[in-house]
Amino acid sequence: MTDLTTSEAERPAMQKPVIDVSGVDLTFQTNDGPIHALKDVNLEINKGDFVSFIGPSGCGKTTLLRCIAGLETPTGGTLTVNGLSPNEARKARSYGYVFQAAGLYPWRTIGGNVKLPLEIMGFSKEEQIRRVRKVLELVDLEGFEKKYPWQLSGGMQQRASIARALAFDADILLMDEPFGALDEIVRDHLNEQVLKLWARTEKTIAFVTHSIPEAVYLSTKIVVMSPRPGRITDIIESPLPKERPLDIRDSAEFIEIAHRVRDGLRAGHEG
Amino acid sequence: MKLRQSAFPILTVIAALLVVWYGATIKMNSTWTYDQAARAGTEPSFSEVVSDTMQQSRPLLPAPHQVVSELWKTTVEKKITSKRSLVYQGIITLKTTLWGFTLGIFIGVSLAAIIVLSRVGRLSLMPWAIISQTIPIVALAPMIVILSNAAGAGTLLVPKAIIAAYLSFFPVMVSMVKGLSSPDHMQLDLLRTYGARPNAVFWKLRVPASMPYFFASLKVSVAAAFVGAVVGELSTSAIAGLGARMLIGSQFGEPMIMWAALFAAAILAGLLIFTVGGVEKILRRAMGGRAV
Repeated sequence: MTDLTTSEAERPAMQKPVIDVSGVDLTFQTNDGPIHALKDVNLEINKGDFVSFIGPSGCGKTTLLRCIAGLETPTGGTLTVNGLSPNEARKARSYGYVFQAAGLYPWRTIGGNVKLPLEIMGFSKEEQIRRVRKVLELVDLEGFEKKYPWQLSGGMQQRASIARALAFDADILLMDEPFGALDEIVRDHLNEQVLKLWARTEKTIAFVTHSIPEAVYLSTKIVVMSPRPGRITDIIESPLPKERPLDIRDSAEFIEIAHRVRDGLRAGHEG
Repeated sequence: MKLRQSAFPILTVIAALLVVWYGATIKMNSTWTYDQAARAGTEPSFSEVVSDTMQQSRPLLPAPHQVVSELWKTTVEKKITSKRSLVYQGIITLKTTLWGFTLGIFIGVSLAAIIVLSRVGRLSLMPWAIISQTIPIVALAPMIVILSNAAGAGTLLVPKAIIAAYLSFFPVMVSMVKGLSSPDHMQLDLLRTYGARPNAVFWKLRVPASMPYFFASLKVSVAAAFVGAVVGELSTSAIAGLGARMLIGSQFGEPMIMWAALFAAAILAGLLIFTVGGVEKILRRAMGGRAV
């Protein structure tokens, strides 16, 4: 497996996508009749990509992420993660998932919370300690290991939940509006940190957001979605360099991409 | 500061109760005083009536100071090996209560776990648990005693503990059903992303999340176990325990014994609830809770 990925990395043109979504449909049966949450979604996410899903609420961006995570099952089409079905990938612990709310256990310390997936997955005690230390350092939370969640600010709690998702070192990180509930200053700071983290760990990240600047600032690929039925209206490959200081957001390129995203969102809304 | 703030309202209520109690003592016991006086052909003054109502040996309603002095006599001045000692009887009741409480917690938690983890359990157990609480325990207690005796478990501790458990399991069960199902979708999904087995979901998420509900139910449950223990003592033909003292007091026309036992029971129940509250506080702190 390792050999395969390295040899493929040498030939990027032939690279197999890490996440391959093709013709995916999802219809929820409700008491008020069927709801078409996703319709004919096609998308390839390659190794090391930072992909954002953006769109108004009800466009199915979270649902798509949950399908990739194997938390929802599509009613049509095929979807593979690392070449496996989403359910198999989930059981093989192929991804870390960050939710909208930090959802830390109030009865565990920060260290204890980060340790949770490691305990469940059966890592040895020494390995648990080593990894907790490593990921807490990765999200700038060294020294907070023994604190309880209520002693931390909202932004720090969300960082701890990212550390928890990173602890078992899956190649894929799925993030569902992780900074949606935070104020803009904290959000800017965390966006910067996520980019640094991405550069350091070289993970494949799928990121749901409803903020245009956030999507443009973070992504190598922006997936614009629209509601009723949830579908992809535009996929934008970002020409921005990998190195992105916060003031890149004032550059002409940045504004141009943001403009295209906004156009995509508007078109989807009218259509 | 906190103590002084809460002490004032409590003392006010106690003072008001004492006033009412003394008033009622005079009113209720004066009939006997007037009867005695009429029989002797005397005409007592009001102050004579009042002082007489405070010191009758078998009053309808004993005055507070009479109850306190009886309590003192039967707790501090009596040897605790004496059957007339309320400490001796109180320990018996306490033992029954704790056995019933423990059994009740065990039954309540087990039923709640079955109800939360299985649909069949939920549909089949919950209605019966609710119905069980609609049957008056006084009607059921003698049957439990007879059954326990027939099963060779005696008529003393076992049936009384079962009666206490019968009352105390319910609050624990109801709270634990709520507590074990308190984790929301997001928290359950998080564990699914780890590929966690149901076992891990139960022990790592459901059980710790249920603890606040558990502690809240313990205070109700320990009081219920205590009431169950006393009811059990009343139904086992009054051999031992505070309930037996109350029954003896009422059967032999010794109001002082009855009232002293009643107050001893109230004090014991208060101590139990206070202890459970203390344990709760310690464990809450150990689980990272904010100091309340």
